[in-house]
Amino acid sequence: MIGYLSDVTALARKDLLVELRSRDTVPAMLLFVVATLVVFHFALPDDSSRLAAAGMLWIALLFTALLALVRSFVAERDEAVIDGLLLAPCDRSAIWLGKTLSVFAFLALAEAVALPAFALFYEPVTWELIAGVALANIGIAAVGTLLGAMAAASRARELLLPLLFLPLAIPLIVGGVGATLAENPGRYLGFLGLYDLIFAILSWASFEYVVTE
Amino acid sequence: MIHARGLARRFGDKRVLTGVDVDVGTGELLLVTGPNGSGKTTLLRLLAGLIVPTGGELDVAVDRARIGFLGHEPLLYRELTPLENLDLYGRLYRIHERRERIGMLLERFGLWDARREQTGAFSRGMLQRLALCRALLHEPDLLLLDEPFSALDAAGTELLLDELAKPMPSRTVVVASHLPERLGTTPTAHLALGSA
Repeated sequence: MIGYLSDVTALARKDLLVELRSRDTVPAMLLFVVATLVVFHFALPDDSSRLAAAGMLWIALLFTALLALVRSFVAERDEAVIDGLLLAPCDRSAIWLGKTLSVFAFLALAEAVALPAFALFYEPVTWELIAGVALANIGIAAVGTLLGAMAAASRARELLLPLLFLPLAIPLIVGGVGATLAENPGRYLGFLGLYDLIFAILSWASFEYVVTE
Repeated sequence: MIHARGLARRFGDKRVLTGVDVDVGTGELLLVTGPNGSGKTTLLRLLAGLIVPTGGELDVAVDRARIGFLGHEPLLYRELTPLENLDLYGRLYRIHERRERIGMLLERFGLWDARREQTGAFSRGMLQRLALCRALLHEPDLLLLDEPFSALDAAGTELLLDELAKPMPSRTVVVASHLPERLGTTPTAHLALGSA
């Protein structure tokens, strides 16, 4: 178990270091999410409902996440580094978990900018919203990393990933918007937690079959 | 260590490798030659377990942790330095005293002075040297080298030949090359692949 966690830590640390040096993903995510919220701010009429604002926020977060997910396995596929990782004696699921943790960190950074921007342009951020975003992040990172690995094997990954990911993200949107707006957000937060648990286990267990023949 | 009968591999409709028989014992050096497109790279990827055969039998009697693989790509992160790249692999391979081992390899392959530079700025030859360090890092029992001399200058070639000439009875080496005359050492077995 200690060896497994050590592999996960080394792989996640590597992804953070690569991003720190290349700055390919996070700056694009930050610009995109802020620009989207600004555009929505001007697109929505002044008397638009809280429901519309919350929906816009979740759409912005989901499409921002796609930017991270599309690029999540670029280095591994373009430079064939995935072969080196697959040859290493570590459990292949450690590759998925390390990547999921780094994607989660990138999403959290984007949301650390997006939520204050949402409060500035729309309405105050509640604890329920923060909890919903945190739980949705786990699901997005878990499922998105698995699908990102599948899509990365294709030359049409920019087209393939949204087609694979968006249908599976619908429950996250339902849960996220519900947690943001419902009188009893606990139900929706529980739903997001259940989604995270089920899809994290499925992704963890199936990653090896996605990246090997 | 390696036993293959009627080994075949196709990608879609294209047959890349057909009916290959190979037997390589522990400590032997197999040279694989053949023209472009004859399946040398595919054979090495099959031996490494990176792809699976579509026909025939293949038995590679070594754990994947004991395989060292040098492919066409260096399998390194361009944003990381040689130290960081090798440290990542060293951790994944659970190498004891990995810092000493990494330092020794970088020194031997003439990369010590560039150890803190990002590999994205390396020349093709330097990348190949670093890829050799990666493949040798865990002292593999089965070393698979695909066109190892490509991009290496005379000094780099000499370093590789020195490595291959080391008396290591437990190490089996498979070299795929279309320049067999550069191997120097006499191989114990030779497999000539034709066009598939």
